[in-house]
Amino acid sequence: MESVYLGIVLAPLIGAIVAGLFGRQIGRAGAHWVTIVGVAISFLLSLVVFKHIVLDESAAFNGTVYTWMVSDGIRFEIGFLIDQLTALMILVVTFVSLMVHIYTIGYMHDDPGYQRFFSYISLFTFSMLMLVMANNFLQLFFGWEAVGLVSYLLIGFWYKRESAIYANLKAFLVNRVGDFGFLLGIAAIVVYFNSLDYADVFAAAPLMADMTVRIFAADEWNLLTVICILLFIGAMGKSAQVPLHVWLPDSMEGPTPISALIHAATMVTAGIFMVARMSPLYELSETALSVVLVIGAVTALSMGLLGLVQNDIKRVIAYSTLSQLGYMTVALGASAYAAGIFHLMTHAFFKALLFLAAGSVIIALHHEQDIRKMGGLKKYMPITYWCMLIGSLALIGFPGFSGFFSKDAIIEAVHASDITGAGFAYWCVLLGVFVTALYSFRMFFLVFHGPERIDPHAKAHLHESPAVVTVPLILLAIPSVIAGLLYAGPLLFQGFFGDSIVVRAEHDVLAQLGEGYTGALGFMLHGLMAAPFWLAMAGVGLAYYLYMVRPDLPEKLKQQFLWLYNLLDRKYGCDDFNDKVFAGGSRAAGRVLWKVGDVTLIDGVMVNGTAYGVGWLSGVVRVIQSGFLYHYAFAMIIGLLVLLSWFVFA
Amino acid sequence: MEEQLASVSFQVPDMTPALPEIFVLTMACVILVVDLFLTDRNRVITYLMSLATLLGAAILTFSLHTGETVLSFDGSFISDSMADVLKFFIYLVCAAVFIYARQYLIDRQLFKGEFYVLGLFGVLGMMVMVSAHSLLTIYLGLELLALCLYAMVALQRDSGIASEAAMKYFVLGALASGLLLYGMSILYGITGSLDIGDIGAYLAAPGSSDNLALMFAVAFVIVGLAFKLGAVPFHMWIPDVYHGASTPVTLYIGSAPKLAAFALVMRLLVEGMEGLHVHWQDMLIVLAVLSMAAGNVIAIAQGNLKRMLAYSTIAHVGYLLLGILTGVTTGYAASMFYVIVYAIMTLGGFGMIILLSRAGFEAENLEDFKGLNERSPWFAAMMAILMFSMAGVPPFLGFWAKFAVLEAVVRADMVWLAVVAVLFAIIGAYYYLRIIKLMYFDKAEETTPLTSGTDMKLVMSVNGLAVLALGIYPSALLALCAGAMATFGG
Amino acid sequence: MIALSEFLILGALLFCLSVAGIFINRKNVIILLMAIELMLLSVNMNFIAFSHYLGDVSGQVFVFFILTVAAAEAAIGLAILVVLFRNRRTINVNNLDSLKG
Repeated sequence: MESVYLGIVLAPLIGAIVAGLFGRQIGRAGAHWVTIVGVAISFLLSLVVFKHIVLDESAAFNGTVYTWMVSDGIRFEIGFLIDQLTALMILVVTFVSLMVHIYTIGYMHDDPGYQRFFSYISLFTFSMLMLVMANNFLQLFFGWEAVGLVSYLLIGFWYKRESAIYANLKAFLVNRVGDFGFLLGIAAIVVYFNSLDYADVFAAAPLMADMTVRIFAADEWNLLTVICILLFIGAMGKSAQVPLHVWLPDSMEGPTPISALIHAATMVTAGIFMVARMSPLYELSETALSVVLVIGAVTALSMGLLGLVQNDIKRVIAYSTLSQLGYMTVALGASAYAAGIFHLMTHAFFKALLFLAAGSVIIALHHEQDIRKMGGLKKYMPITYWCMLIGSLALIGFPGFSGFFSKDAIIEAVHASDITGAGFAYWCVLLGVFVTALYSFRMFFLVFHGPERIDPHAKAHLHESPAVVTVPLILLAIPSVIAGLLYAGPLLFQGFFGDSIVVRAEHDVLAQLGEGYTGALGFMLHGLMAAPFWLAMAGVGLAYYLYMVRPDLPEKLKQQFLWLYNLLDRKYGCDDFNDKVFAGGSRAAGRVLWKVGDVTLIDGVMVNGTAYGVGWLSGVVRVIQSGFLYHYAFAMIIGLLVLLSWFVFA
Repeated sequence: MEEQLASVSFQVPDMTPALPEIFVLTMACVILVVDLFLTDRNRVITYLMSLATLLGAAILTFSLHTGETVLSFDGSFISDSMADVLKFFIYLVCAAVFIYARQYLIDRQLFKGEFYVLGLFGVLGMMVMVSAHSLLTIYLGLELLALCLYAMVALQRDSGIASEAAMKYFVLGALASGLLLYGMSILYGITGSLDIGDIGAYLAAPGSSDNLALMFAVAFVIVGLAFKLGAVPFHMWIPDVYHGASTPVTLYIGSAPKLAAFALVMRLLVEGMEGLHVHWQDMLIVLAVLSMAAGNVIAIAQGNLKRMLAYSTIAHVGYLLLGILTGVTTGYAASMFYVIVYAIMTLGGFGMIILLSRAGFEAENLEDFKGLNERSPWFAAMMAILMFSMAGVPPFLGFWAKFAVLEAVVRADMVWLAVVAVLFAIIGAYYYLRIIKLMYFDKAEETTPLTSGTDMKLVMSVNGLAVLALGIYPSALLALCAGAMATFGG
Repeated sequence: MIALSEFLILGALLFCLSVAGIFINRKNVIILLMAIELMLLSVNMNFIAFSHYLGDVSGQVFVFFILTVAAAEAAIGLAILVVLFRNRRTINVNNLDSLKG
């Protein structure tokens, strides 16, 4: 099997290298073929692995492929840990990535950077696969950084746009903040566990549960709490949790396929995956779990609210991603890791679907993204319409659709959890359901129903997108509907994940829920009577009333509650705060340091001074090399005498 | 009379361990004779036969390699893992030198048999040095190599600077040999044996190292070794010889002989005088610090690339000594790794000069590398890889070499020495990176396309890519060195 | 019976003379070659003395090799000298300074 694992990782890498380095030689068609075939191979091999690990219930693989170096007993290596969790993740990643690759042919059709784009998205897939298949922290970190780097390249793909450059810089910087915590966490693990290997660390963790470290003067901190929170800071950056969420909406500056890839299958899910992977550590620290829970809950509700006032179709979906990531994080905090990963999976399908459908609308309207300039598109783009409807229903958790199972499980799990903060989180996620339904269908109605507000110029060419765009939509729509029905039972309650996720008995909320589980149908019937369903319906209804029946009302409400609107429109002032305090402050500090420290001290005295000094010294010392033989011989004799006297006198 | 003869038992020594040496000797003689009957048009036969000789020697060495230590010729010849590994790299490096040299020599009417025959005899000398196990064989190997090198430097008969360089090299080399011999004679007088094993056993006995005369011997021997390696202050021949000799000869002198010199240090200092480690350690520290300092600092002022690389060699020798002076097996392995890496990188560095040169034009000044990226992006990238590697930038091979010796030094509780080494490495990075700046950011003054042969371009590419690939996968080479050192001296 | 130390002192003196000859001489390259020969001979003196007093013949064998090598070395040295003279029209050590820095 080892070669299969290697193949999964290497196929996209080879595709990326070929498309990147020889893009000019192989042409546009060559570039998309080589990368699509690479990812397709990866996807097929992932199916093989899924069958091998999950269906055949083979033992998990944990092996080293290559040892990079050994230093002080710590091994730096590349290795794979393939268990149920990994098998599921690689399947989701490669499937969504494959769909995005195919879709890109249509979306980027006229772009001059065609080959470069394919190279990047393949590289992105490779990085994400390295991340999820890692069996040690070094490789995890490598994948983590590689994902960050490629996302930087992709968000700024249209590098001639000012806003794209701003957005990718922002994404990069915010992720650096998270990575700093992540790196500290890994460093703490190396220091205290003296190993980078997951297996070693997990095995040793219970013994360390009561160990404390002193960070500032007299405070004693539980070691695992410190490590878990540091790692979670990294996850907050990658998975865009409050307050490190600011990069994600701006990342919409990238082309739509990459938005889909970043938001659905890669990058943002890295943080969720990482926490689930580290469940043996998180389970030992209730404090860390509470932090995770509360942050997730705040993200889930507050980011959903922001989606209400957005007018850019992609930004609405972006805020919904933030909100859904909050749900996943809440699940992790409630120790319902399986529910979190399950939601990650269903979300990957329907969010990719939503993004690609939005992209389909955008290209049909010649890169128009403002939903106020859409409307009535249903009759022009039937396939896109139905796909978008399926995606939206899945997103709001309509019973029967995949999102329903995963989201309901999370809400129930939080309800059952008795960890600190669970009560607060429960109300957040419950309200979040209503908000989700409201913004989803607001967008849906504005885009596809109601009067046509389309630019007449664009309207002339309006038609359904070509097959390379619609086929991936349809292929993604299928799992968006059925993934929940098929996998809700096994994933949530029937021990699908085996030993890959560790939950302590007293935290195991899913097991409590599982006692009442009687199959997917029963789950659905139960869901029909529960609060989330009615909240979602209320949200849809309100959206219908506000945007279809009384389209004048939103404007009136906006005038009535202008302060609230402004608050949401300014994104709670997060961006302003960051710009003024962090960016402005560090710029000011930077200017001072630059003027005083850099220019005069470092550049003037140290760098230029040293360079000048060494250069001068160099010029002087070379005079010793006089060219005369007797001087050379003399130097040797002097050297000999020095060595001799060393002995005689020492 | 009959009885007397019978009592003189003459045993034929076991020739098998020395088969590669015997093969190279035979072939060198054959090529010398064959070359006499060749016209200039068929000279390529000499070239191909020389390469075949190296290939054959490599096959012989490989097939005779057992991983066990075998002594022969009454203890004066040794075949062990270290010898086999080093010999293998000597063949490899010399083969690359021969390939790099071909077009250059043809362009300058120097494509004669002498270069290759002298080269092969030099290889033989290096092989003897690597496998020597008595003071006598060490001396013979050393001189065989040195005499070949003197002649090779003077090979370009119409060049004033080449003959000047040859004369300087000859006089200083003879002086160094004399000092080494003087040290050897004292060593012989005290220990009563020429055999490295016996000397080692004698000096390992407690109390045997207090002898003042012994200190003299150590000092003289170290001077001889330091000269061969090119450590400060015994380095003065290096810049002049590297500069004066024609580039293929510089390439030859700069690469493979360092491998042999490393073996020499291992045989004499480690196997022979390990008992005196505390004494020679201090001396090597002085030499190492001086070499790193002088090499890196003076290189900055150089405008001639060959001279710059010469000073860079001196600096590298300083780093190379760091591993040896720790006096532990991991340190020796680190140094062995360093010297192999150094040989590969130097090969590429001087190879680039040859690549850019053509008839009547020597691309040996820094200005000649300006704008190389415009002329040939591929070879500019190769040169950039080599320069990054020499500067010790990860993930290139040179980084691991520096990392290995620094790790050894830190483990030996000499953190200050590691700090000094890093400091000078930073100074050194300046002149390597300057070349990259010239290649990528300056306008080309020279626009002629590169005219070298395909074989040269191919090997050059392999050379550059190997530095990158081995940098990403250093563990195989590291393990090879560690394995060779694990059985050393035991 | 002459003591070992007397041989060694003689050897050391010859050695010092030769070294001095190498770096004090600034005129003629041929004198350098002679100094080098002298140096090798002083080493030979050491080897023979030790060999005799140790009763070990290998030192004397070494001397034969040194003599042989010295002959080869002299040959190459003189050859280089000829090339040098042809190029430079001088064998003055003081003029050999075109390579420096």
